[in-house]
Amino acid sequence: MFDRRLLTHFDWVLILTVCLIAAVGIFNLFSATASWPAGVTPIYIKQAYWLAIGMVIALLVCALDYRHLEYAGFFLYGLTISLLVFVLLFGKTSMGATRWIDLGPFNLQPSEVMKIVIIITLARYFSGRNHFPGYSLRDLLVPSALLGLPALLIIKQPDLGTAMLVLFIGISMALFAGVRKSALIVLAFCGTAAIWGGWFLLHDYQKERIRTFLNPERDPLGSGYHIIQSKIAVGSGGFFGKGFMQGTQSQLSFLPERHTDFAFSVFAEEWGFAGSLALLLVYLFLIIWGIYIARRASDRFGMFLALGVVAMLFWHIVINLGMVIGLLPVVGVPLPLFSYGGTSMVTTMIGVGLLLNVSMRRFIF
Amino acid sequence: MALDPAGGTPGLKNRFLLFSLFAIAIFLLLLCRLWYLQVISVDRYKSLSEKNRTRYVPIAASRGPIFDRNGKLLVDNRPSFDVSIMRQDVEDRDLLLQRLATYIDADGQELRQRWEEGKRFPVYRPITVAEDVDRDTMEKVQENSVDLPGMLIGVHPARAYPYGDSAAHLFGYLGEVTERQLRDLGDEGYRAGDLVGKSGIEALLEPYLRGREGLRRLEVDVKGKELRQTQVREPVPGNRVFLTIDHELQLATEAAFGDQAGAAVALDVRTGEVLALVSRPAFNPALFARGITGPEWTELLQDARHPLQDKAIKGLYPPGSTFKIVVALAALEAGVITPSFTVDCDGSFTLGDSTFRCWKKRGHGRTDLKKALRESCDVWFYRVGLELGIDRLSEMAFELGLGHSTGIALQGEKGGLIPTRQWKQKRFNAPWYDGETVIAAIGQGYVLTTPLQLAVMTAAVANGGNVLRPQIVKRIEDWQGTIRKESSAETLNVAHLDESNLAAVRGALEAVVNEPHGTGWATHFEKITVAGKTGTSQVVRRKSDEEEEQGRDGVPYRFRDHGLFVAYAPAEDPEIAVTVVVEHGSHGGSAAAPIARAMFEKYFGLAEETSVPATPVVGD
Repeated sequence: MFDRRLLTHFDWVLILTVCLIAAVGIFNLFSATASWPAGVTPIYIKQAYWLAIGMVIALLVCALDYRHLEYAGFFLYGLTISLLVFVLLFGKTSMGATRWIDLGPFNLQPSEVMKIVIIITLARYFSGRNHFPGYSLRDLLVPSALLGLPALLIIKQPDLGTAMLVLFIGISMALFAGVRKSALIVLAFCGTAAIWGGWFLLHDYQKERIRTFLNPERDPLGSGYHIIQSKIAVGSGGFFGKGFMQGTQSQLSFLPERHTDFAFSVFAEEWGFAGSLALLLVYLFLIIWGIYIARRASDRFGMFLALGVVAMLFWHIVINLGMVIGLLPVVGVPLPLFSYGGTSMVTTMIGVGLLLNVSMRRFIF
Repeated sequence: MALDPAGGTPGLKNRFLLFSLFAIAIFLLLLCRLWYLQVISVDRYKSLSEKNRTRYVPIAASRGPIFDRNGKLLVDNRPSFDVSIMRQDVEDRDLLLQRLATYIDADGQELRQRWEEGKRFPVYRPITVAEDVDRDTMEKVQENSVDLPGMLIGVHPARAYPYGDSAAHLFGYLGEVTERQLRDLGDEGYRAGDLVGKSGIEALLEPYLRGREGLRRLEVDVKGKELRQTQVREPVPGNRVFLTIDHELQLATEAAFGDQAGAAVALDVRTGEVLALVSRPAFNPALFARGITGPEWTELLQDARHPLQDKAIKGLYPPGSTFKIVVALAALEAGVITPSFTVDCDGSFTLGDSTFRCWKKRGHGRTDLKKALRESCDVWFYRVGLELGIDRLSEMAFELGLGHSTGIALQGEKGGLIPTRQWKQKRFNAPWYDGETVIAAIGQGYVLTTPLQLAVMTAAVANGGNVLRPQIVKRIEDWQGTIRKESSAETLNVAHLDESNLAAVRGALEAVVNEPHGTGWATHFEKITVAGKTGTSQVVRRKSDEEEEQGRDGVPYRFRDHGLFVAYAPAEDPEIAVTVVVEHGSHGGSAAAPIARAMFEKYFGLAEETSVPATPVVGD
């Protein structure tokens, strides 16, 4: 049963915004990796492949009515939780971290899958209940458990960055669903205490990173080097930038990880404040448009689903940018659509597919 | 017409606005920061980027040395000279590479290729184009460095092995850190090109041996000339590792093997400390230290005698008649027999339609426990094994430490195989047959053990039933001599063995070595009493004895039987247990026992006792 209205309501604004950012990203990768040896497939070509694969995935995701997900929600959740447990028990361990399940040609990273699944699960949970004037502490027990379990499993791997993102997505959705003021105050207090107490649970290398963030000169060859060089790259770009392929920091390879987590530094160096401003405005537009999609959704599940995806994109963008301009510690979070990487591209495009899905079914109920 | 799901809840509508405003506020914050970096502080960062010629050069920490239990230095470091290129300082690449090629006697094409490969690393990281050049070359290059702008000579410590391939498997080797390890160990300060332990002690104790690299801050001018140099951090050498190995014993054992392939283990029966861990043939770890070449690696991999495999912990062999110790103890403990239980051996044993032969065609005649072990009568054990049954047999084997890994700290230890009914059901989906029990009773069939497991079993028999975890690291000290870690004896299991039963078996094992018809006569000494058991494990099952007889010396090497020998000494108050496996050595008594003899001679200081047996007894 194909509805013609689906085509007429296809969200061209969203897909064009995504394509615009990804195209700028590929251009930027071309510059960032220009000094790499010829011979192997260039990174920017690979990223273009990933974008194409991502597009196909997004279209597949939006083809199936999102309302089916409402029923699959808890099943997907259970499945992903078992994958996370499986990974802890039998996953590919390589000296310290266990994050992957070896599926032959590629490695599956269940923590990445969890980012999407937690959105679906919590959307299902919050859409079914309409509390006024908001959730009390007691009402929040179930969603907290739903969120806390995967977060703990991911921290155990250990993968603090992903665990934090899953938490941020969940908390954003809960705040949107509405939390009573009294509960909010208690939670804020507990949160502060938890962060303070959490310091003692961190691995030594994680503490070291935070110390290095506070004082990059501590470890000028390790992650401190990243921050120092990234700030020099961004700062020396000036207002108009050094020009495409002219960034000395990136072209002379002072800037590490410049095709992945620090891709934005390359962009900021070569296009200056003007370019950064433009890119940030497009990202901001993407976020606002996502909230608009949530606002127009035809049911509560779609609304929460869209909002969860927006939260995922938002926190990735903010944490990555905060990191490369020295506002946040180096945690290895990629910039969606901009950093090179298949995993990040696929996760992002599944999210985009869900947004498209909710957006084009806004008149169908 | 749009339905408004948010309409029903007051506050939800506002929250859309609130969330949008929050997003805008955060983005404004990011933009403020960008404004601060790119507009307000632009001059500072511009000049920093122009002066970005501060280099941090790591100072390699020397890797911890490895000693034996007596403090004899086994693995050391030596200076190794590398020629590398700092790309950002090179004026004319082709000229530089061409000149370098003549000085260091290398192929210009290869240097160019190394350069291209190195380009994937950041510019501040020098590209190494020649490793481990000799001192003369290094001096020649040094003298001409004025003509070679961008060229650097690096000195870093490399592993040195004063004793060649001795204990190579135990030490293991180093190799470049892999991409995957790099991703996971990045937080530990590893960088591309770093060396990490890939096997053996080097891998096991990587965090202890590594040390912490120092850091030097170099400031250079536009032409790459060093202006200033400050030491930011002193390197900390790696910890000193003392193994439980007695290297004199290790060397003597290796020498006794000659060209033969196989493995030997010596354990202190009181502590479980490994005194020797030998696997032959071995590889030369120095190859890895200077960077092994493709052809060398392929040759090692394809060698039919597997020089890369540590046969002492990874080699799986049917224990053959050495397993009869386990069968005898199991039967005594189960009450199936007493030491005086007698079988009349006529050279064969019949079960249903099958006939099982004794190694001695004419038979042993009337045989009791002592004679059965001393002369390794198969028929006696066929009978006893059948009455005992596989369940009680395998249970005793497990109790004595067989069938599962011994828990030694080294990576990749094999667990061996002790068959049970459940195992066979699961593996072959078939019931257990009595004929299989009969075969298992002489250590053939499905039974598989590693030399280390046999040593642990022998040590347990010697010390009264304590199955000890083999210890390989005696202690670890930091470079100033403070003890970081020290091993202590660890009992994994105490086998339930009645003292009189144990005494009966131990008496028989003494007879194996010290009585005229014993198969282990080759380890007979005047000054100490050795107790032991020989074994032969079949590589291929032969059709009949006739073939075996005529084939003795004509059998091709790879089909020849393995020779085994397990022993402990002194029999009255045991200190040391040894296991020797000689691959394709035909017989335990003739191939393996002489090696064990050499080990006891070294351990007890019985230099060349003259009573070398005139005629080694042929027999199983």
